[in-house]
Formats: sequence, structure tokens, C-alpha cells
Amino acid sequence: MEKVIFEYHSQPTSYVPAADPAAVNKHIPAEFLGAEEVTLPQTCEQDVIRHFTALSKLNYSVDNGFYPLGSCTMKYNPKVNETVADFDGLAGIHPYSPEECVQGALKIIYELESFLKEVSGFSGMTLQPAAGAHGEITGILLIKAYHQKNQPEQKRNVILVPDTAHGTNPATAALAGYQVRQVKSDNQGDIDLEDLQQNLGLDVAALMLTNPNTLGLFEKNILEISHLVHKNGALLYGDGANFNALLGLVKPAELGFDVMHFNLHKTFSTPHGGGGPGAGAVGTSKDLIPFLPVPQVIKKGKNYFWEYRQANSIGKVRSFYGNFLIAVRAYAYFLALGAEGIAKVGRQAVLNANYLMHKLAKFYPVPYHRTCMHEFVMTPHQAWSVSTLDIAKRIIDYGFHPPTIYFPLIVHEAMMIEPTETETKETMDTFIQALEQLAAEAVQNPELLKKAPLTSPVGRIDEARAGRQLILKYEKGRDTLLT
Amino acid sequence: MVPKDLKYSKSHEWVKAVGNNTIVIGITDYAQEELGDIVFVELPKVERQLKQQESFGVAESVKAVSDLFSPVSGMVVSVNEALGKQPELVNKEPYTNGWMIKIALAAPTELSSLLSAEEYEKLISEGSK
Ligand SMILES: Cc1ncc(COP(=O)(O)O)c(C=O)c1O
Repeated sequence: MEKVIFEYHSQPTSYVPAADPAAVNKHIPAEFLGAEEVTLPQTCEQDVIRHFTALSKLNYSVDNGFYPLGSCTMKYNPKVNETVADFDGLAGIHPYSPEECVQGALKIIYELESFLKEVSGFSGMTLQPAAGAHGEITGILLIKAYHQKNQPEQKRNVILVPDTAHGTNPATAALAGYQVRQVKSDNQGDIDLEDLQQNLGLDVAALMLTNPNTLGLFEKNILEISHLVHKNGALLYGDGANFNALLGLVKPAELGFDVMHFNLHKTFSTPHGGGGPGAGAVGTSKDLIPFLPVPQVIKKGKNYFWEYRQANSIGKVRSFYGNFLIAVRAYAYFLALGAEGIAKVGRQAVLNANYLMHKLAKFYPVPYHRTCMHEFVMTPHQAWSVSTLDIAKRIIDYGFHPPTIYFPLIVHEAMMIEPTETETKETMDTFIQALEQLAAEAVQNPELLKKAPLTSPVGRIDEARAGRQLILKYEKGRDTLLT
Repeated sequence: MVPKDLKYSKSHEWVKAVGNNTIVIGITDYAQEELGDIVFVELPKVERQLKQQESFGVAESVKAVSDLFSPVSGMVVSVNEALGKQPELVNKEPYTNGWMIKIALAAPTELSSLLSAEEYEKLISEGSK
């Protein structure tokens, strides 16, 4: 295993002139000079490079192999979109540039918004939010502003969230100052309509719904759900993190969603979960347009402008205009696929997931016997002595990234698998073979799974201890983090 | 493991009467087993007033973060400080040293709305399909 950078103590190369701190310090006013010595790694340039290169080789990414991490849509992102985002004229522009100097960038924002409106059916759009969860809070603030404007006398302080929801949904509602009320799922994996009706009082501002939901199932009562919500005077918020499944098949606005965030960094060609910037564009119905963040890009004749005048806007939700280069990737992706290609994304994602589900269901129980959308949930057999965690760890030994585990919470020992549309049948078949073999091991040699992973640079991690004894930074004197 | 002398809630908390309108609350063995290794427990401040069904804290495990619900209304008179350093007590001794809060009851009649050990056993045997 590669040691941490602090454990390198190589001397600076002898022929490189030594740094002279005193020569630098004399230019800094005395009150700004720190008194304490800081602990910085001390080593030479080539060891720094070798250290980080060694670490990068231990990494696993979509570019290495299959990454069926459910809910995260870890699809392959075509490199041409990276190339475009790297163009000097896009990567090098300054957000304070005058409008007339950055007409191309404004055009990209304007046109990407119109593409997103086209595939979703929404009338309004903003690209400002920096991630899915940020899109959620933006959308919920739009809903709040809408109710305050239209029905100031009606106190709506509750947001309904299904028990299958991603954790960001209740967190968003709470952050926006709402009380969260949970709605149950029925035995089909859909929202329980009776429970929904019971919870839908006049105090409800919105229902936050993910469709397809986090079980990978299409909420088949969606039209009735949106009818019930609207009849009650509430709005329907769409968590569009799973929009990949619907792309080219269904327009969420036509299902009755009033506002929805897109995870551009899942559906539209930016890797998700890599720690890099994301983008959580938000689409809205006509009624919510007056509240959208400013500025909006508008077009007059052939020219594009920033429009800041919008009396009822919730204001800005991020500095400048959002993560512009993520929008550029999405724009390039739209143009490369065209209307014809975009229309096939959802179909292929759904086909791949159903293929995997049907093949794997022979070895692993599937809790809901329905056609799935872009992902599905399966579990270990109850008779097995191994847990989902053991299976996930053993999958690493077979050379794949494990699926999402223990989510959604309503399925005991859930493993959530999302192949995405970019994987070939050959890749999926290798995965199926591996999981068939693994199922046999679970019965014949459970100890092997409990010790897994055996082939990775780091073995089984003591997650409980890591959680209980958080050590987040290097401490001098503690020479290894593993003592 | 469902001790006979305790009362239970549907959200998997146990309640133990300790006299003088005072009760102790923790989570059941079944709940700790479902959550997995608990790494952090957030408890309320002493003197906080709780309503029945109100969330009084959070248990974070390696799998999930879950709200803890008060089965009864009342005022928090003490909390189990030991869980700050040793959250694993909830896993190891859920009914004794893993207790969470002590409450002075506001409405003692609420106790009758709780489940008996037999009823709770039935609930969890139905729940784990
Ligand atoms: C269903 C769902 N909602 C919301 C989010 C939050 O998105 P982000 O991670 O971009 O904040 C995710 C993230 O994976 C998700 O899967």
C-alpha cells in the first residue's frame, strides 16, 4: 500500500537552490507572519509526482470498468464532451466579461435551457444550482414563494416525502423551514395512495416525488397522485435524479410535475460521485417562472442578454451563473446525440436494467416482480449466512465496482443495480457470470465472502470503527493512520 | 430478544417504568440489529419537552441515519451521556447500558397505547419477511 505523503522524507535534490524563507518573509508585514511552524510534507518534486501517480493507479472509475452503482447513473461519458468543455473560449472566459464579448457562452446557456425544456416539457428553467440537492432547495424555495404570493393566508408548512426517498429530499424540506411528513409505500413499491390521502391536509405545500422511484419502479399511479396533490392546492416536486430512465420516453411536466431538478452530472455527460462540480438545473411550469433565480438569459433579435429584472424572483442561488462548464458538457452531449439519439437513451437504459434483472433474479431474490426502469433492487437469499455487505465486497474481487447497498431503506439488505445505457451486453454478461459464481460461493464458502475483498490494495475496512473514531487529518507523531 | 417487563412502540423503542411517573427509553434489540453498527447517537438536551411521536434524536449506523421517536409525551430529565463516547453500547446492551433518555411523563395514560412484549414480538415477526 502506498504510504501517505507525510511519511516521505526524501531530501530535496542537491543541485536545486534551497528555498530562502527569510528572503520572502521580509516582504510580508510582520503582523501577517505566523509564529508557529506548520506541518507540511517535506519531500522532493519527483516523489510527489510518483506518490500521486501511484495513488491514481489504485483508483477505480467508469473508465476502468463496469460501475453499477444504483441511483448514481455512472455511465460512460464521451470524451468529446470533455474536449469541448476545455476549449479556450469557454474554459478561459471570466464571469465579469461584458455580454457582447461572451455571446457564445450566453447562447449555450440559452439553447441548453431550451433543449432541457424540450425533453422535459417544462416552460421555465435555471442552470444556477450546483448539484441535485441544490436544485432541490431551489425548487422548494420556488414553491414556497409561489404559495406565499398566491395564498398568503393559508399556512402550508409541511412537505410530504415518500419512505423510499433519497435522504436529500427530507433534508431539503427541513432546510427550507418545512416539517417533513413521511408517506408509506405499498407492497408494489409505489406510493400508498391511501396513506397519501390521509397525509394530504391543507398544511401541505408539496409532495417531493422521484419517478422512477429509488426502487427503479415507475410510479404507475402518477396521474392520480398529481391530481390528488393539485386538488389539495399543493404542488408536485420532481426529484429528477432518475431522469435518465425517462429521457426520450416521458416528459415529466406532462405527468403533472410543477418543478423538477435535473442532475446534469448524471444524465447529461458529467460523471457523478467523483467529487467534481455538478449541476442541478431546475425546470418549472409557467406558474413558477416569475420566481426563478436571476439572472435569466434572454434573446432579443440575434443577441443574448442577462435579465435581472424580475420582481418576484427568489434571488440568486449561486455566485455568477452556475457551473457553466458542466452545462457545456451537457450541451455538447445533446448536440452529439441529436434528437434521434436522445430519444433512445431511456429505452436502452431500461432494456439493459431489465436484462440484468431477469438474468440475476435466478440467483438473487428480487422484492418486486415488475418490469423495472433504469435500475432494480435485489437481495441475498434469506438462508444465506452472508450479508449484502459481504457480497458487495466480494464483487470487488471480481473486478467490478459494487452496487449501491442498504438503500432504499424499505428493502431489507438491498443491493441496487444500475447498468446505464452505455454498457454492452458483453460487459453485462461477464457481470452476470461473476454474480452467478458468487451466489454459489455464498452457499459453499461463505467465509470467503466475509473476508472479502482479498485482491484490493486495502482489505475489509472496519467501517464502524472508522465512524466512531473519526481521524480526518494527519497528526505528527502518529506515523501511520492504521495504528 | 424481547424482555417481557417492557412496553414497546411500533417504531422499535422500548419503554421501562422506573417509578414516580418516570420512564426510560431505548431502542430494541431488533432495531439495533437492523441498523447495524451504530457510530453516533444524538440525544436531546435535558428539560426538553417532547410530544408523543416527536423525534428526540438520531442514531447513525454504518448503513443509515434514523430518527428516534419518543413513545410518550414528557420532559427529558436525563440522557445517557456514555453513548457520546461509546455508541456501541446500543448494539451490545440495548436494554440496559444502551438506554437513551429518561422522561418525566406528562400524560401517564399514553402508556396504555404502547405494545406489550407479545404484541411487539408479533410485529417484528411480520415485519421481517
Ligand atoms: C434520487 C436522488 N435524489 C437526489 C440526489 C442528490 O443529488 P446530488 O448528489 O447531485 O446533490 C441523488 C444523488 O445521487 C439521488 O440519487
